Amino acid sequence: MVGVKTGVLALQGDFAEHLELLASCGYSAEAVRSVEDLQAVDSLIIPGGESTTMLKLIDRYDMRDFLVKRISAGMPVLGTCAGAILLADRVSDGETSLGVLSIVVERNAYGRQAQSFEADIDVPDLDCTIKGVFIRAPVIVDAAGATVVATWAGSPVLVRSGNLVACTFHPELAGEERVHRWFVEQVCGGEG
Amino acid sequence: MVERGTARVKRGLAEMLKGGVIMDVTTAAEAKIAEEAGACAVMALERVPSDIRRDGGVARMADPNKVAEIMAEVTIPVMAKCRIGHFAEAQVLQALGVDFIDESEVLTPADESYHVDKWNFTVPFVCGATNLGEALRRIGEGAAMIRSKGEAGTGNVVEAVRHLRTITDEIRRLSVLPSEQLMARAKELGAPFELVTEVAETGRLPVVLFCAGGISTPADASLVLQLGAQGVFVGSGIFKSQNPARMARAVVEATTYFNDPDVLAKVSTGLGEPMRGTEVKDLAVDQLLATRGW
Repeated sequence: MVGVKTGVLALQGDFAEHLELLASCGYSAEAVRSVEDLQAVDSLIIPGGESTTMLKLIDRYDMRDFLVKRISAGMPVLGTCAGAILLADRVSDGETSLGVLSIVVERNAYGRQAQSFEADIDVPDLDCTIKGVFIRAPVIVDAAGATVVATWAGSPVLVRSGNLVACTFHPELAGEERVHRWFVEQVCGGEG
Repeated sequence: MVERGTARVKRGLAEMLKGGVIMDVTTAAEAKIAEEAGACAVMALERVPSDIRRDGGVARMADPNKVAEIMAEVTIPVMAKCRIGHFAEAQVLQALGVDFIDESEVLTPADESYHVDKWNFTVPFVCGATNLGEALRRIGEGAAMIRSKGEAGTGNVVEAVRHLRTITDEIRRLSVLPSEQLMARAKELGAPFELVTEVAETGRLPVVLFCAGGISTPADASLVLQLGAQGVFVGSGIFKSQNPARMARAVVEATTYFNDPDVLAKVSTGLGEPMRGTEVKDLAVDQLLATRGW
């Protein structure tokens, strides 16, 4: 989308990969580390990393209230892996996420790193199969409040509710542009 | 089809650790302090490097009981160290379920000729390096992450800076070489030709590069991030300081805001004494850890 500036939350994790992927798609993108940075963007990607670390930094640098306010006011957000955990209404081990997307997630639900994997994910809405890289990934155990866009092994791995998208795998690690293009052009562009 | 333990999946976990601090811990209680401070992972070990220096003797893989206790205590990834070349210790650590194995010069080497063949494992490995050739040899053996070695347990950042600068300078020099010079350079570096050409093309390592060995203040962390490290390992620097919880938190914040001197000034204030530290020049040659491995 021309004119949409996408922020990438750059507190910890693989934010640089998201910034590179957005740039390679020709989109305008900025790293976000503060409330001031957040004021300057139209939409946000919350990358993979450690959700515990990111949440602590969000709280120590007083970003939580403003983030939740912007999201409630309609700012589109794509959360991948840890980002999906941050968006969730409830995290099964009690981590206090942002609580803005009506899904329930279980952290590290496939197991520890030895159980991390890659697999082909069918995404009927985007009419394609994409490479899903799952790193100590969460599982969306309840997606009743969202639209399931893709599943793997019976669990939702890509869901959407209004302007919010949660993805439990890492398109950016496979050089996969289609999820980001869909987010920027259709979700941020206001298409259903 | 499901594929586990691929290079992408192993290197992927290292990508998730970027911009973060990996802290050495020796008990479940220390692991909890590290997690609360915002560490992106912990390294479970028997003794921190400065105590290994002091105590002498043979330093081995941590007791499996200790590793299991630490894994049970925190939800962030848990790493553990095996001795250089000790693939049986690595097999034990993989069986225990650790998320990352550090084949580390901080422990007493088990093999003076060969490192572990890391392609044989599902779990990713991080290895130390003092220069680009060493980094690429380890990546050639399957390492999914590199840390510049520094001199562990000294609280002195000088060797960390030397090794990090050496690696990044050698990468920069490689990226301007004409293609006909790459084979000769690969021979000089003692590194696999395919990896040398890849680094020459991309201008970076094919895996994540962290800095280790002597980082003991928030400013140290900022320094090495500004020099090109993608994150830091802090060993003795946290739990040998006067106030570990505050120091840990400050180093985490300094790593995220490494480019913001105002934040650095704030988080560096009132931390109490950092670890005492050692002048590296005062160490006998046989006390140097960075020269272990090749």
